[in-house]
Amino acid sequence: MNRMRANDWLFWGSIAACYLLQLMPLPQAMLPLKPWWLALVLMYWTLEAPDYVNLGRAFVLGLVGDVFSGDLLGEQALRLCVFCFILLRFRARLRFFPMWQQALAVLALLLNDRVVLLAIRAADGQLVPAASYWLAPFIGMLAWPWVFLLLDDARARLRVRDA
Amino acid sequence: MALTRNEAAPLFSPDTANTLRLIAYLALAIALMVIDHRNGWLVQVRYFASAAVEPMYRLAALPSRLARSAGDAMSDRTRLNQRNAELERELLLAQARLNRLQSVRDQNERLQQLLEAQRSLDLGVQLARIIDVDTDPFRHRVTIDAGARQGVAVGEAVLDAHGVMGQIVEVLPNTATVMLITDPAHALPVKSERTGLRAIARGNGALDSLELPNVPISADIKPGDMLVTSGLGGHFPAGFPVGTVRNIRNDASGMFAVATVTPSAALDRSGEVLILHNLPDPVGPPRPAPAEGPPATAAQP
Repeated sequence: MNRMRANDWLFWGSIAACYLLQLMPLPQAMLPLKPWWLALVLMYWTLEAPDYVNLGRAFVLGLVGDVFSGDLLGEQALRLCVFCFILLRFRARLRFFPMWQQALAVLALLLNDRVVLLAIRAADGQLVPAASYWLAPFIGMLAWPWVFLLLDDARARLRVRDA
Repeated sequence: MALTRNEAAPLFSPDTANTLRLIAYLALAIALMVIDHRNGWLVQVRYFASAAVEPMYRLAALPSRLARSAGDAMSDRTRLNQRNAELERELLLAQARLNRLQSVRDQNERLQQLLEAQRSLDLGVQLARIIDVDTDPFRHRVTIDAGARQGVAVGEAVLDAHGVMGQIVEVLPNTATVMLITDPAHALPVKSERTGLRAIARGNGALDSLELPNVPISADIKPGDMLVTSGLGGHFPAGFPVGTVRNIRNDASGMFAVATVTPSAALDRSGEVLILHNLPDPVGPPRPAPAEGPPATAAQP
C-alpha cells in the first residue's frame, strides 16, 4: 500500500517535472533541440509500470499540456494518444530490447510524432517549418537512456526503502 | 487496469491498446482542435485554467531569473562601472535629442491647434515584463506579466525601446501572450521613412528577419532604408520603427521584388516591454468640415 503511494508520487512528480521542463527557457540556439519530455517519461511508465498509462490518461495529460503551451487545444492530446497507442501495442517487445534498440525505437516514435504534428499544422494552415524542426527527435533519442536510468533508479530506491 | 500476467499473454495486448478506443480519442481530439480553431471559445477554458497555468509559468521562469540575478550579483565592479558610464553617455544623448524634440513638439502642438486636429499624439502606455517561458519554439510568442486585471486587451501593440515587437493575441487574468512580428502568421503595414513607400512586413519564421513581399521592381527602396509603421489598418499607431532593409532580391516569379528586413526591436528576450493602450482612430472617411469656415485663430491680420 505504502509502496503504491510512493510510486504514485513518483509518477505524478515526473509528469509535473515534464510540464515544467517543457516551459523552461533555453538559449535561442538550443530551442529547437528541446525534446518532448512528456512522451519520454510516459514511455518509461508504459514500459515499466503500464498500470499507470492508458489512452484516456494520455489524452488528458496531452490536454493539460495544450493548456500550458497555449497552442491548439487537442494537439498534444492527439499526438500523445498516437504515441501511447503504438507503445502499448508493442510494449511486450520493446520491454526486452537492449537499450540502444529502445533508443532507436524512441527515435522512430518521435519522428512519427513529428509527421503527425506536421499534418496537424498543415491542416491549421501554417508554413512548413525549418529543417531544425526535425532535430528534436534525435535529442529525444539521446535523452532516452538517461530518462530511463533516472526513473528506474528512483523507483528501485523507493522499492528498497519500502521493503 | 488489470494486466494479463499469465504465460499465455499475447504479444500484442489488445485490451490496453484498443483500436476502437484510439479512433474515438483521435476523433475527440480532432473535434476539439476544429472547434478551437474555428471559434476559439476554448480560450475561455484557458482563461479559467489560468489559476493553474500562471503559477506554472512563474515557476518555470524561476531558474533563469535566479541565474540572471546571480549573474548580476557576481558581475565585477569594473564591468558595472563601465556599463554605468555607457548608460550615462546614452542618457546624455537622449536628453539632448529630447530637448530638440520638445521644441518640435511645441511647434507641432501649435500647428495642430491651428488645424483643430482631433487626434492627439499622446499614448497610454504600460510597462510589463517578459516572463521567460517558451511554449513552442516554432511559433514566435512571448508571455508578459500583465493581463486582463492590469487592463491589457487583445489587439494592443507591444513595443520595446527600439521598435515594434508585436501585438497581444491572448489575455489571461495576470499574464498575456504576445505574437511577435516575426511570427509566420503575423503581418503589419509599414512604410519607408525615406520615400513613403507602403508595404506589408510579414514574419517568415526566423527571429532576426521580416519579409516585404510583392514590392514593385521599380519601387525606390534600397538596403539601409528605415521602415516605420504606417498606421493603416488601425492596429498599430503610425510612426514607430519596425526595421531596416537588409537586402532586396527578385521573387520566384521575377515580377516583384522581395526585401528582407532586420527588425529594430530586440526580439530575442528583451526584459521589459511597453503596451500601447489607446488605439488610433479607425481609418475611415474624414469628418465633414464645419460649415462656418476656417477657425478664427487661423485668420491672419
